[in-house]
Amino acid sequence: MLLRYIFFRALMLIPVSISISVVIFMIVHLIPGDPIDNLIRVGSSPSDRAALVVKYGLDQSIFVQYFRWVGAMFHGDFGTAIVLRRPVADLIAQNLPYSLTLGAFAFAFSSIVGIILGTISATTRSKVVQQFVRGFILLGSTVPGFWLALLMILFFAVQLQWFPVSGARGWDSLVLPVLTIGFGGVALVARVTRVALLDVRREDFVVLLHAKGLSSAAILFRHLLPHAMLPVVTILALRIGWILGGAVTVEFVFARPGLGSLLIRALGQRDYPVVQGSLLMLALAVMLGTLIGDVAQAMMDPRIREAKT
Amino acid sequence: MTMLEVRDLEVAFGPIAPLSGVSFSLSKGETLGIVGESGSGKSLAAMSVLGLLPLSGGRITAGSIIFDGQELAGLPEPAYRKLRGGRIGLITQNPMTSLDPLQKIGPQVDAVAVLHLGMTSAQARARTVDILGTLRIPEPALICNRYPHQMSGGMKQRIVIAMALAADPDLLVADEPTTALDVTVQAQIIRLLDDLVKERDLALVLITHDMSVVAQTCDKVVVMYAGRVVERGTVTAIFDAPQHPYTQALIGCIPGAAGADEHLTSIPGTVPTVLNYPKGCPFHTRCAHMQPICTTDVPAFVSHNDSAAACHFAGDMK
Repeated sequence: MLLRYIFFRALMLIPVSISISVVIFMIVHLIPGDPIDNLIRVGSSPSDRAALVVKYGLDQSIFVQYFRWVGAMFHGDFGTAIVLRRPVADLIAQNLPYSLTLGAFAFAFSSIVGIILGTISATTRSKVVQQFVRGFILLGSTVPGFWLALLMILFFAVQLQWFPVSGARGWDSLVLPVLTIGFGGVALVARVTRVALLDVRREDFVVLLHAKGLSSAAILFRHLLPHAMLPVVTILALRIGWILGGAVTVEFVFARPGLGSLLIRALGQRDYPVVQGSLLMLALAVMLGTLIGDVAQAMMDPRIREAKT
Repeated sequence: MTMLEVRDLEVAFGPIAPLSGVSFSLSKGETLGIVGESGSGKSLAAMSVLGLLPLSGGRITAGSIIFDGQELAGLPEPAYRKLRGGRIGLITQNPMTSLDPLQKIGPQVDAVAVLHLGMTSAQARARTVDILGTLRIPEPALICNRYPHQMSGGMKQRIVIAMALAADPDLLVADEPTTALDVTVQAQIIRLLDDLVKERDLALVLITHDMSVVAQTCDKVVVMYAGRVVERGTVTAIFDAPQHPYTQALIGCIPGAAGADEHLTSIPGTVPTVLNYPKGCPFHTRCAHMQPICTTDVPAFVSHNDSAAACHFAGDMK
């Protein structure tokens, strides 16, 4: 049952990938400006420029360019960066580990702390704790990451000098970026956990669980939390892609290498192949994240497992 | 031997008291029917007995609930937990939503025996299979590996009954156990409960708004209206000579009771909500025999044969 679900669910990735590749390609080519402007030396003649345009295939029609790009990708060739003059695949391979490390830690941090915080706020009777968590959730969901990053640097790196200001050397340089990205994640996960717990607590079957004589703790851990985890898993899965790509501004502020930094730099230089390649990686991360989330949900909920795919 | 005695029970949610002056008692091997329209406080009475009022924010403000000689009003939660599921079983109204949809049937039933009888999960499973069998569930061992959504409403209600029975309780509280079921299945479930009471010498509180179910299965009846008991007595006394106009009206609503070719009757108006319980006799706003005194004075119980009715004119009315 589950395998069947996973198979059909994975099959749906094919049309999604095709649409995404079209959209990414179109958007990139619709941005005004072109990479040749960044590449060309001052004082070059118009014919030098034309030669470069031909060299990178930018004189072809947009359809030809698209199919060339897609065709090459099937051979593992993501093109060559126009400005950086290196294979896009190399650039991504070089930057991806940094994003993955940061993403993995931020993800783990926001899931664990978020679930615990959400559970506490949904079960505590203390008004003070409830207000505190609610305030935290509000802050976490509204404070922008780049600003929080600056505050973190100012306080923990400059004032207290506990952690390095920037870069990606050593584990201590991970702490502030993880906290910055995780802060918003914790707030989001805590909010979803809290609401889901309060919702499921109102279900009929909970009355019967109490009537069976189960303790509140047993009901929470064996029955309420598994239910509350369904929406949490969805939101976490969507966040996998977000953290990899959404870490863009945070990577930038901390001057860390990574997919986000690569993308921002390439965008500034209109380096089409790099922008396309890294956007595609992020889209892939979002798709895989959603897939993982759906499969996790199907593993947790027998009703989804048996529903038509 | 008296299993459950509720005396002058009053329940409040904040400043609002949706239940007051509720009394009834029942012995081993007996079935007590609590009847009344929706909103009359039947389910609240059941939740009070199980000590589940705090779940919805209510509490007992007066009166007592004595179960097998033990006072339950004000009983601390850990002690109450031992009784719930252990000595008092609950059967809820809607079997479709009464089971945890994420868990298989087996573990949900096993949990009761593990908790209250101290069994290992293997022992509990054997017991579960055994109980499901006695409840006439086909292939009980297979059913244990099913999920709730894979079963029919009638089957699910049997599972709920199995959970209630798993620790050999002395008292069963069934809160409208058949309301959400098909008519054909309703009869099966009612017969099943009836058999269980006889076989296991249980005390059963059967909450229903179906007077014909009461006539078939109950020994005693409590008629509730707007959070109060308006009449109580043996089932024969109540059905042969109902004293309270509300009871008379309820019996008048049973299809076929008044003869096959007559129109179905209904009681005009609706049950008042908790926020506007009438003064005096709670039923006076809908009563055909209303007199001035009914709007001011709460009627006391007047005994008549094996029943008692809270009506100023009980005994005078036909």
